[in-house]
Amino acid sequence: MPRWLAHLIVFALFAAVAGWAFASLDMTWNWGVVWEYRWAFWRGWWMTLGLALAALLASSMIGLAAAVMLRSHFPLVEAVARIYVEVIRGTPLLVQLLVGWYVVAAALHVGTEYRTAVGVLVLALFSGAYMAEIFRGGLDAIPKAQVDSARAIGLTRWQAFRLVILPQAVRIVLPAVAGQLVSLIKDSSLLSVLSIGEFTFAARNVNSATYSTLESYLPLAAGYLALTLPLSALSRWLERRFRYEAA
Amino acid sequence: MNLVIHGLVQRFVDPRSGAQATVLDGLDLITGDIQALVLVGPSGGGKSTLLRILAGLDAPAAGTVAFDGEPLPNGEDALIGYRRTVGTVFQAYNLFPHLTAMQNLLLPLVHVHGLTEAAARDRIREPLERFGLAGHAHKRPAELSGGQKQRVAILRALIVRPQRLFLDEPTSALDPEMAGEVLDMIGELKAAGTQFVLVTHEMGFARRVADEIAFIADGECPALAAPEKFFAGCGEPRVVSFLERTRRV
Repeated sequence: MPRWLAHLIVFALFAAVAGWAFASLDMTWNWGVVWEYRWAFWRGWWMTLGLALAALLASSMIGLAAAVMLRSHFPLVEAVARIYVEVIRGTPLLVQLLVGWYVVAAALHVGTEYRTAVGVLVLALFSGAYMAEIFRGGLDAIPKAQVDSARAIGLTRWQAFRLVILPQAVRIVLPAVAGQLVSLIKDSSLLSVLSIGEFTFAARNVNSATYSTLESYLPLAAGYLALTLPLSALSRWLERRFRYEAA
Repeated sequence: MNLVIHGLVQRFVDPRSGAQATVLDGLDLITGDIQALVLVGPSGGGKSTLLRILAGLDAPAAGTVAFDGEPLPNGEDALIGYRRTVGTVFQAYNLFPHLTAMQNLLLPLVHVHGLTEAAARDRIREPLERFGLAGHAHKRPAELSGGQKQRVAILRALIVRPQRLFLDEPTSALDPEMAGEVLDMIGELKAAGTQFVLVTHEMGFARRVADEIAFIADGECPALAAPEKFFAGCGEPRVVSFLERTRRV
C-alpha cells in the first residue's frame, strides 16, 4: 500500500471518530457570530507566527551556546549551563512568564511597550533549555576521530567546530529540533497570560465576547496545525536532503 | 629527515578511576638521515602515542623531539602552525562523512592554506587521476570502499605538500586486498621521495619501505635498526620474541 494512501485512510478514520463525537453533542453551532471576529483571529495568527519565528531563532542560538557550555572543561561555565537547563526544564513555563514579566522585568523597570519582547525572550529561554540538551547530544555523538582529523589537517578549534562538527551534529539533531520547534509554537499560546495579542489571546477574547467556546477554540486548533504541519514537512525534507551514511 | 627524541614521557589519566598510566616512559630515539621511519611493536607499547606527539596532535608530558634539528613547538597555537606543515592519516574515520571526496580534499587547501577554490581544484586534478580516484571525487565517504577512503585520506594529507607524513596503521581496518591498494600508494610515495613515519603491523611491508625500523615496547625504544639488521633480531630479546610471535600469526 502506498504511504499516502495509508495516511489518507488513517486520517479519514480519525475524522470519522471526531465527526461522530461532535455529532452526538446535540448543540447549536454559532459560527456566524464568530465569523464576525475573523480579523481578530487573523491578526492573532500572524502575531503568533512572528513571535514563534523570533523565539525559534533566539532559542536555537541560546540552545547551541548552552550546549557548548555544557561540554566545557571549565567547571564554572558548565555549572552555569547545567543550572540554567535544570531550573528551566523543571519549572512550568507559566510560572517563568509570570516571574519574568512581573518580577524580573519589573525590577529592571522595563516598560510595558516591551511586554512582547520579554515574553518572546522568556519563551526562547524556555525552549533553549530543551534545545541545549538536544544539541549537546548531537555534538557528543560526533566521534572523537573526527576532531582529530580536523586538527590534523590544521583547522583551528573554531574552524573544526564550524566546518566539521556542527554540520554533522545538525543532521543528527534535526528531527528532535523540529519536534522542539513544534512544541515552541504551541507553547507560545501561554504568552496570552501576559495579555500579548497572539492567537490564543484572540480566541479567548472572542470566546468571552460571544460565549461560543468551541467555535472560538476549534479555529485555534486549525490555525496551529497550519503552522506546525509545514514545519514537520520541512524537517522531513531537510532530513532526506542531508542524509548520508556514517562513514 | 633526522629525528632526535630525548626522554619523552607521556601519561594519561583514566577518567573513571583517576589512575595515571605512563604510556611513554623516557623514550630516546636518534635516527640517521632517512626518508622513511617505521614504528613497530606490540599493541599498547606506545607507538600510536608517539606518532600523535610527532604529528603535533598531543603535547608530551616531558622530553624533547626535533626533526632536522628543529624542535617541535610548545602550546596549541604553535602546534596548529606545525600541523599545517605535516600530514597525518589515522587507522580509520579520516574523511568527513558529510562532504564528498572532492570537498574533503578542498577543505584544507581552501580553509587552511588559503587557495581559491579554482586553484585548489587545479592542484587536486592530477594526483586524483594518478591514484585512480578521479571517478570517485563526487562520492561521499559512505559510497567509497575502505581502500578508496584511505587513499583519499592519504591524498588529502599529501595535497598540501607537507614536509612529511605520519601514518598510524593506515591499513589495519582494511581487508587484505584493500590494504594492498593503500600499501601500493605508500610505496609510490616512497619512490617519489616523500618523507614519512609509519606505524604498521604489516611486517613484510615494513621491511620493504623502511630505511630504519624502531621497535617501541613498554613506552621505550629498545631497538632501532635498518630492516635487515632489525629482522635478524638486532640482539634485543624483546625484538626476537616479537618477531617470533608475528611469524607465527
